[in-house]
Amino acid sequence: MSLIAFSVNGTAREVEVDPGKRLSAVLREDLGLLGTKVGCNAGDCGACTVLVGGAVVNACLTPVAQVAGCDIKTIEGLHETRLQAAFLRFGAAQCGICTPAMLVAASALLAESPHPDPEEVRAALGGILCRCTGYAKIVKAVCRANDPLPAKAAPEAGAAIGAGVDRLDGVAKVTGEEMYGADDWPADVALVRALRSPHHRAGFSFGDIEGWRQAHPGVLTVLTAADIPGDNLFGTIPAFVDQPALADGHVRFKGEAVALIVVEPEATDAFDLRGFPVVWTPQKPILDVEAAQVPDAPQLHEDRKGNLLLAGKVRHGDVAARLAGSQFVASAKVETAYVEHAYIEPEAGLAWMDGDVLVIKACTQAPVMDQEATATILDLPIGRVRIIPSATGGGFGAKLDLSVQPLIGLAAIRTGRPCAMAFSRGESMASTTKRHPARMQARIGCDADGRITAMDFTGGFNTGAYASWGPTVANRVPVHASGPYRMQAYSSEARAIHTNGPSAGAFRGFGVPQAAIIQEILFDDLALASGIDRLEFRLGNAFRDGDKSQTGQVLEAVGIVECLEALRPRWLAAHKENAEFNTRNEKVKRGIGVASCWYGCGNTSLPNPSTIRAGITPKGKLVLHQGAMDIGQGANTVITQIFADALGVRLADISLIGPDTMLTPDGGKTSASRQTYVTGKAAELAGRALRGKILTRCNMGDGAQLSLQGGAVVAKESGHEARLDPHALSVDENGYAIAAEESYDPPTKPLDVNGQGIPYAVYGYGAQLAEVEVDMVLGKVKVRHIQAAHDVGRVINPILAEGQIEGGIAQGLGLALMEEYIPGRTENLHDYLIPTFGDMPEIKSHLIEKPDPEGPFGAKGLGEHVLIPTAPAILNAIRDATGARITQLPALPHRVLRAIREVQDV
Amino acid sequence: MSYHRPDNLEGALDILAATGARILAGGTDIYPALNGQKLRGVVLDITAIPEISGISENGSGRRIGATTTWAEVAKADLPAGFGALQEAARVIGSRQVQNAGSVGGNLCNASPAADGVPPLLVLDADVEISAKDGVRRVALRDFITGVRQVDLQPQEIVTGLHIAKDNAAGVAAFEKFGAREYLVISISMVAVRIEMSGGLIRNAAISVGSASPVARRLERLEHAMKGREINTLESWRGDVGAELAKVLEPISDIRADADFRLQASEELVMRALSRAILVANG
Repeated sequence: MSLIAFSVNGTAREVEVDPGKRLSAVLREDLGLLGTKVGCNAGDCGACTVLVGGAVVNACLTPVAQVAGCDIKTIEGLHETRLQAAFLRFGAAQCGICTPAMLVAASALLAESPHPDPEEVRAALGGILCRCTGYAKIVKAVCRANDPLPAKAAPEAGAAIGAGVDRLDGVAKVTGEEMYGADDWPADVALVRALRSPHHRAGFSFGDIEGWRQAHPGVLTVLTAADIPGDNLFGTIPAFVDQPALADGHVRFKGEAVALIVVEPEATDAFDLRGFPVVWTPQKPILDVEAAQVPDAPQLHEDRKGNLLLAGKVRHGDVAARLAGSQFVASAKVETAYVEHAYIEPEAGLAWMDGDVLVIKACTQAPVMDQEATATILDLPIGRVRIIPSATGGGFGAKLDLSVQPLIGLAAIRTGRPCAMAFSRGESMASTTKRHPARMQARIGCDADGRITAMDFTGGFNTGAYASWGPTVANRVPVHASGPYRMQAYSSEARAIHTNGPSAGAFRGFGVPQAAIIQEILFDDLALASGIDRLEFRLGNAFRDGDKSQTGQVLEAVGIVECLEALRPRWLAAHKENAEFNTRNEKVKRGIGVASCWYGCGNTSLPNPSTIRAGITPKGKLVLHQGAMDIGQGANTVITQIFADALGVRLADISLIGPDTMLTPDGGKTSASRQTYVTGKAAELAGRALRGKILTRCNMGDGAQLSLQGGAVVAKESGHEARLDPHALSVDENGYAIAAEESYDPPTKPLDVNGQGIPYAVYGYGAQLAEVEVDMVLGKVKVRHIQAAHDVGRVINPILAEGQIEGGIAQGLGLALMEEYIPGRTENLHDYLIPTFGDMPEIKSHLIEKPDPEGPFGAKGLGEHVLIPTAPAILNAIRDATGARITQLPALPHRVLRAIREVQDV
Repeated sequence: MSYHRPDNLEGALDILAATGARILAGGTDIYPALNGQKLRGVVLDITAIPEISGISENGSGRRIGATTTWAEVAKADLPAGFGALQEAARVIGSRQVQNAGSVGGNLCNASPAADGVPPLLVLDADVEISAKDGVRRVALRDFITGVRQVDLQPQEIVTGLHIAKDNAAGVAAFEKFGAREYLVISISMVAVRIEMSGGLIRNAAISVGSASPVARRLERLEHAMKGREINTLESWRGDVGAELAKVLEPISDIRADADFRLQASEELVMRALSRAILVANG
């Protein structure tokens, strides 16, 4: 230990620490400056960026000894700067986990260059990864930080919907005060670490654990499957619960947890588990779907023959006959990789006992599911588990599943201490779910006029070791694999197959992005074969109102035609520009591609209700209990906007209580693009119900205008005014003088054996065009420009909607060009690549409004839709530029070049 | 752990001799390799030693102190022959890494994908190695002996690089190729340095990294290029490809396959030469 002195944000500090301790850890643990985040501990993500002597460094790579005598600046040193205001106003922070680093790095740039251009911003911030925003709004906010800001939107009563209001939970994100799973741990915390399997498939047994514990001072306890009091199984869908919280004698994937080590904070040397008494008996693993389906393949789960988790099917018409009678038939095989969510916040949380209630504060997308599963595993009545989600630094699907919750919960119960755990980046990547690798084949036919006749799709989806959301993928893919297009006959089967890979679960789109790739590639084949412009080919086949989907559902409020038409001007112009460019250039070629999406919002033919409660306290405070997790996408803001207009008050009059299983009714999971639609609809119903109660008491009609004034609710209508004094009313069990609680569950119908039925009540639609430039010698693809048109039904908040589009495109671009998770090989953010500032194109969004009769104020979901068209649009653009049809993803340079060479050799 | 951060070289060498400490400079390779764990053992932090930091010039050439950061290299006022080194300095890792990571550390880490190595190879840099019993110099091409292997004894510290004036003549260019922008490990990278007169190549130095266990110079090709007319560049492609096929030993990994690395290296050599010629012609 040494005494090291330096200044932080202008204040002299001294710490008595190990000189080799990372500066990030000193800032967080010794100085309590939690705004500096740790995303990887390897310099790969930049979330820990601080300034030392005015220069950006990764605090996680800086031994504190090296900052002796230096001036350090962290996010806590930024106070109400123009830069922070610009981040808030332009929507540059979504989940907010990378925001402190972005702000700190940008402040250094602005000190040198007060009005930087976008290229300067990208270069200065290029060492920081963001997984939510697609970077566009960050670049904009930094470029314009020293310009006059657009005025803050402060809509009047009834005008919240459609207003680009600042994110209601945004201030804490730009000050660094937002508390994520690894933040805000108490002084008496005990730390938990998991021992994980180094093998894809193995038996194991423990030796003398107690002897090991005694030899390691500071180890409070070691916990294994034998210590789990309840059912040592969890899952996301009741019929498929199959995953142990701690494996019991046998592991099914590399990274599976087998034991927990709980230590005093100063005893983390014991986290070096190399000498831990465990004996592994490795077995030959199954790592791909072909190997999983050979007749003698070992079974991962006894009751799932052939390692088949579930096969989803949708079919109508005589596909074989229709294809046989088609003028043109195109076929393809397409293979996609495991894709990692790569949120910048690894899973983390804290658990403690509050009396006899276990409280868990961790990052999550699904607090009530966490509560139920943790109670089951720990054998507690549901009422004795309380989930208070921390801020969540990105989720994208993987934080729907349990991560730290049962582990820290068990540790807290057994030790009686607050217990905390933060996954390392490697642990997060190895142990949590992925996007399903897909091996798909399909044939699609059309007639001489380019009308689709039939499609035949089959896909093997590697669902990994445990079920997670594999059944959802198997069910969703066949419904959506046609794209938003009419088909005279259709057969689609998606099989979720177990392997010893990491569990594949939910990832923005549940398998639909993979299926869209093969369908849209084949549409280009058919358009080229039939000599029809590729955009017009899609328009000619696009769903219209009144058409039947492949499940036989009559569709309403279909906006795909409007989306495709919005792209047409750029489509036509780009063709001309590219033709001209390509005649002048040999080594680089430009191309353009287009693809569509549609996506049903909410669970597939299963209930998924949301409930919203609101009330007015005796003192006249209007409170909204909003249980939908905001993981950066904006539910806190959007749902409040909907509620405000349904009730008819100003947005500013509403106090928000965010998710907490004790304080908020169940808003369901943040998944399936359902929150704006489903919880939003519950908010609309609750707002209207509360309005009705107020107006009844005031004896006013529905045309009255409401306002909150001096502790009273005032209703005015054509010269009349009535005051409702909540103080005078008796309060309900929640402490409200007047309150409403409403639930909404989408009306759906089950799918029959042929997949016919009404799987979703609301669909959203979209289309994107991508313009690329391909290096014909090195095979590298640069996406230059994307236009995205999305039918959201009704725009609730245009800035947040654009943010979803830009962020989804970044993930779609990664899926197309660079993201490939290889179990055991890419568990870090330098071998697993996600797009940086430098990889993103200019993006133009078109928000199309074709109101849905079911959605709140006509709104549809958007969150997953935005990712679906990006990859196929890029792949089709590569083909337009080069003639090469890429069928193995990601389109890494060597794959692109090989495909180019193949068409050149023909 | 015990952590030493002496402010003079003599003290550092004493500590090293006494403890066999692990040498730490910018930390940008050591900390990531800890996999989130604490830094343990005996550590010798050499970043507080003024005499092994910074770039200096004398009659015979330039010395780059071992702990000079990449950001300092990028900002330094250096002749055009250092162009490849300065271009590499701007694309190593990220700004954060460039502000901490050192030139000496990049060499000692001896990654096949070290972006700093090819530009220093085309400068025929000598590595200055200090020990208690004196200083020795070894050519960089001999210093890195294999993947993560260098010619450095336990009691020695790399304290600098020397680049003779004549070896830094002409102009230089660097081409890095990776699957994304920023923060990316190179699939292949190339440095070239050329001296020209009257439209002819007088001297050329070319090196390729990430396509063999240790970055390689292409001596035969360099020799064959002497006296060639620069306006015939495109006709040299066959020679470049042939030489690369003999010299490189590319691997197939998650970033690219071996065949692609060969092809890409050929194109990067051509692009680097083309750009260097363009720079030389003003």
